[in-house]
Amino acid sequence: MRRNWSERALSVVLALAPVWAVLGALLLGAFLIAVAGINPVDAYAALLEGAFGSLSGLGLTLQKTVPLLFAGLGVAFAFRCGLFNIGGEGQLHMGALLGGWLALTFAGLPAPVLLPAVLIASFIGGGIWGAIPGLLRAKWNMSEIITTILMNYIGFWFVSFTLHGPLQESRGYYPQSEILPGASWLPIIWPAARVHLGLVLALLAAAGVYVVLWRTTIGYQIRAVGSNRRAAEYSGIPAVRSMVLAMFVSGGLMGLAGAAEILGVQHRLSDFFSPGYGFDGIAVALLGYTHPVGVALAAVFFGGLRAGFNAIQRTEGLPLAMAQVVQGLTLILVVSSVALPRLRALLRRKEAASAGGVD
Amino acid sequence: MGTLLQLENITKVFDGLVANDRISLDVREGEIHALLGENGAGKTTLMNILYGLYHPDGGRIRLRGETVRLSSPKDAIMKGIGMVHQHFMLIPPLTVTENIILGLGSLRRPLLDLDSAAEKISSLSAGYGLDVDPRAEVCNLSVGAQQRVEIVKALYRGADLFILDEPTSVLTPQEVDGLFNVLRRLVDEGHSVIFITHKLDEVMDISDRVTVLRDGRLVATVNTAETSKQELARMMVGREIVFRVDKEALTPGETVLEVSGLQVDMEDERCSVALQGMSLSVRRHEVLGIAGVGGNGQTELAGAVVGLFAPVAGKITILGHDTAERSTKGVIKLNVGRIPEDRQAQGLVPDFTISENLIATRYTEPPLSRRSFLNFPFIAELAKGLIGEYDIRPPQPALLAKQMSGGNQQKLILARELHREPDLIVAVQPTRGLDVGATEYIYKELLNHRARGAAILLISTELEEIFTLSDRIAVMFRGEILGIRDAESADLEEIGLLMAGVRPEQQPLREMTP
Repeated sequence: MRRNWSERALSVVLALAPVWAVLGALLLGAFLIAVAGINPVDAYAALLEGAFGSLSGLGLTLQKTVPLLFAGLGVAFAFRCGLFNIGGEGQLHMGALLGGWLALTFAGLPAPVLLPAVLIASFIGGGIWGAIPGLLRAKWNMSEIITTILMNYIGFWFVSFTLHGPLQESRGYYPQSEILPGASWLPIIWPAARVHLGLVLALLAAAGVYVVLWRTTIGYQIRAVGSNRRAAEYSGIPAVRSMVLAMFVSGGLMGLAGAAEILGVQHRLSDFFSPGYGFDGIAVALLGYTHPVGVALAAVFFGGLRAGFNAIQRTEGLPLAMAQVVQGLTLILVVSSVALPRLRALLRRKEAASAGGVD
Repeated sequence: MGTLLQLENITKVFDGLVANDRISLDVREGEIHALLGENGAGKTTLMNILYGLYHPDGGRIRLRGETVRLSSPKDAIMKGIGMVHQHFMLIPPLTVTENIILGLGSLRRPLLDLDSAAEKISSLSAGYGLDVDPRAEVCNLSVGAQQRVEIVKALYRGADLFILDEPTSVLTPQEVDGLFNVLRRLVDEGHSVIFITHKLDEVMDISDRVTVLRDGRLVATVNTAETSKQELARMMVGREIVFRVDKEALTPGETVLEVSGLQVDMEDERCSVALQGMSLSVRRHEVLGIAGVGGNGQTELAGAVVGLFAPVAGKITILGHDTAERSTKGVIKLNVGRIPEDRQAQGLVPDFTISENLIATRYTEPPLSRRSFLNFPFIAELAKGLIGEYDIRPPQPALLAKQMSGGNQQKLILARELHREPDLIVAVQPTRGLDVGATEYIYKELLNHRARGAAILLISTELEEIFTLSDRIAVMFRGEILGIRDAESADLEEIGLLMAGVRPEQQPLREMTP
């Protein structure tokens, strides 16, 4: 009886691991903030205030939530097929490039045509950048962890190249494009908080990911391959096609993250325009247990964190470097508390799969 | 005889599941002690505790009267315990000597002292009649020889208590005799042996005493001479076994599966087997049993028939359809039911529910899905029906496959593969790891399909299973079929020799008893 009770208590404690991690990170962060000569209590009050305390703060949080949500969904989608997409940053840039190019080239089109076309182009651009490592993995068993990382560099340096060359603004001063035509912008839907249509699209994407994964035959295939590729193939499920498709959709969602940022916030394409949303997407997906609902909540959490730290810098004078350290610390602790067991399970499955058939 | 080992009230709990419940056991010096029980009775858990792989939650271990704490296999080895696992712990490309000295120090550090080690191995193996060549590469050795290497390895490390986990499951009947001779030599020299098994004949043949486990509990320890197979069976299963499979005599019908000149290449792994031109056929109302020691190409044969491996040469036809160009899915469409070798790795998607697993081979067909959307009401209806029909427990369609017992996982696979009355059934090791009840169920199910008119290709390393179910028996060795015999008139000894690779023309002529 006693053993039972203590075991149950332990499992509750373990289930709440992310909560402990957040608390731990805040404590450690408080120490660092104090070292920087700022009262941690004031700092955290400013963080909360900055993230959720005012309309403009909330707006900033939601603005950051949009690309984080797309990116988190992207990572989660691939994860359900047993794939670890670390190439979000490159896919996001390539998606934004294709979308941005389309918007600049067909600048005369009316908004109802241009905006959807640009979004689709961004999805395809990111999708292709994701599908390539997917194909390499599915057909020749090249680790998608490695190839997606490498393709990041090709992706954002290629974007940088175009912005120093063919797509550069006519002034030729900064590595950035002309302002995108207004017809391609994501319209503001809540002016007081400056929230744009991207938020709605991201939430729709979350619903879409849920429907595809759990209601359709394609999602069924993807999850089957993700759980046990050998068994899926034994049942006649096309594993290669499922994996490539999963990585295409994953990259496509990353492309939308990029599109949301350039069409909703920056209104032009510039090199290295993303502050790491593609990588943060990994944390968002893992903290959200790779389920669309969880991912949405995690995206708000990380969006708030980003907005809040912006505020502490502004109001409390916390040095940028220190803000980034504390933010990184939170990220590492939270992600490791949630992700390590899951990642280990995924890697173990991969090992088992590559060792399979020997027996 | 003194007492070497005492296990007292050993208890081990996994996630609230009691694997060992206060088990006590003692082993005397110079005895062969059989540990008997069904799969899941707790035998392997108990032995893993003794070998330091698990730590008991309760109870104590006494060796030569002294209480010991074994926190790792290294501790166990230091205390003179040697274990021969069911799956050998050898590195195939290394030589016997290199395998045996693995992890031990050398007198000539930093250099290895292979020569003196090889000498010691030779003398040890000669002393116990083990016939082990220290310079052979392990991957060129037969399974029986690899097992002897494991025994020498334990001897080399100074073991005086040997634990053998299901040692006969990988051997031919003749190799089993050889192993038993070795074990007798070991106990003659004063060593002790714990022999884990679920086979009653072996217990009666080799052991001095038997300890029977059931559901993680000790049933009894008895002297082998004072018990019988019937009594042991009753203790092991907990009820009277009426294990009799009635196989009615049937006339085979049309040919369903025809394999001719089949060649399959192996992926470039060392020590693997390719198929080099094999032919066989299976007809309706017939079970063709493929006997053979594991790893002689059975996996490749089954894989080629169900469309997982593409043959390099030869032809496979199912009811007249050539399957060379067909994918797995295409073969399934020919109404073929498959029971895979490894139900965890091939048969089931562990994170899928019972319902989801039941539709894995035909989720794209209406009414299971329409326009890419899964039809959940229909799937639920189907699952409910099949769960009832095949008595899958617990009867919860939303239960994940990985949460089910082995027997019920196998029933789930049976339900998926057999409920549409396939013309051909390819069953590989259909009862591996299952208890008596589940085994009986699966035999009956297969024989019902035989009666209905299915052709069944049965691949199994359990000879008893082959003899129980087959109408004809083919023996596979190194990717070839060495002979096909009618099950009625097949001779166990001859089948055993074929399994060991002795071709019919090389076998001594036996006198026929009139």
